[in-house]
Amino acid sequence: MIAIIDYNAGNTRSVINALQRLGANPVLTADPAVILSADKVILPGVGHAATAMEALHERNLVDTIKAVKVPFLGVCLGMQIMLEFSEEGDVACLGLVTGTVTKFKSETEKIPHMGWNTVIPTDDALMKGIDDHAYFYFVHSYYVPKDQYTIAETSYILPFCAAMRKDHYWGVQFHPEKSASVGEKLLQNFLNI
Amino acid sequence: MLTKRIIPCLDIKDGRTVKGTNFVALRDAGDPVELAATYAEAGADELVFLDISATHEGRTTLIDLVKKVGAVINIPFSVGGGINSKEIVYDILQSGADKVSVNSSAIARPALIEEISTAFGVQCVIVAIDAKCVDGQWMVHTHGGRKNVGLDLFEWAQQAESRGAGEILFTSMDHDGTKDGYALEALQKLNDLVNIPVIASGGAGKKEDFLDVLNGNIAQAALAASVFHYQEIKIPELKRYLSDNGISIRI
Repeated sequence: MIAIIDYNAGNTRSVINALQRLGANPVLTADPAVILSADKVILPGVGHAATAMEALHERNLVDTIKAVKVPFLGVCLGMQIMLEFSEEGDVACLGLVTGTVTKFKSETEKIPHMGWNTVIPTDDALMKGIDDHAYFYFVHSYYVPKDQYTIAETSYILPFCAAMRKDHYWGVQFHPEKSASVGEKLLQNFLNI
Repeated sequence: MLTKRIIPCLDIKDGRTVKGTNFVALRDAGDPVELAATYAEAGADELVFLDISATHEGRTTLIDLVKKVGAVINIPFSVGGGINSKEIVYDILQSGADKVSVNSSAIARPALIEEISTAFGVQCVIVAIDAKCVDGQWMVHTHGGRKNVGLDLFEWAQQAESRGAGEILFTSMDHDGTKDGYALEALQKLNDLVNIPVIASGGAGKKEDFLDVLNGNIAQAALAASVFHYQEIKIPELKRYLSDNGISIRI
């Protein structure tokens, strides 16, 4: 069973739809017992980091997420709040991975970074079979800087972390659930882990 | 590298796709779910649904349609038409849409933009603006172009950005339905003024029109309807043509 953490994040329906198209059985839940008994856990998310953290605290889900022992995937904002801190609302986040989520700054480029961009993957189970420079759909105004946990990078204004992994915690900045067949491949990779 | 986007627009009335020429005559162009899936398969980068139903029944049909579309397609899509509260936005996003577009409701009550962007993030708010050039000034219009609301296009776009719009969808009423190319000068000025992405709309008739509007920094995306619905331009060929002409595009 795949648990999708329910904290009023905007894109849960899209994530559920994508997983169902792959034949998986996603369950939308805020129940710690269900989350901790799942085979896989997905933290979706669009919107604002401070609002998202507030929603997780309200539902007492922060400790639950930290207790997850199975493969875990944060998507977009769901990945960003896996770090220690976000400049979006200057909020302390989950701290599953070290680092600070940083705001894009540019005099010339549009913000948000919105649309399809190329991703350069590394050799990781999540990125298996994903071509060099495959296109994924991004929408974000804040980014995770590249570091030792980066397993795929993308360039917009500067090179940044498109996907990351620390132990059983994975995160993707793009939206695999909206990235056509290549996104489905990535989600299938996660299901296969 | 970030690519330019090709966005088919599906006008919806009572659950069916329609497209007007200069917003007046409507023709039936098919089942929206089937059409959406066809476009996603053909390589459309995103889809825009615009509901022109005037009735409550039409709106209920729209939510059902959003759910059906979301279950089938694997690319982003937005829904617009008559959206005037964050409660409606919640229903639409929960049904599987990624973004909403607001137009006349935001003109009537600009705080709507802030309410939506604060609740759901700037990434899901497209502010759609219909404008035409009146005595040399680009003026915002509503009611299918019949009503000049007395707002300057560029001032309104900047205000929308400062209130939390994530994108501007600018339709030139002077160009819409003409198939004679996009409003390049107005788009260029608009794109220079705002720091959020601009979607160009109105005037697409041939592949060269897309090249003209996606070349350089005029717009980040190009929207069209009838040329796609009636297959006068096929998306894979269009994208190949744009790529061959140096436009960064997803193929």
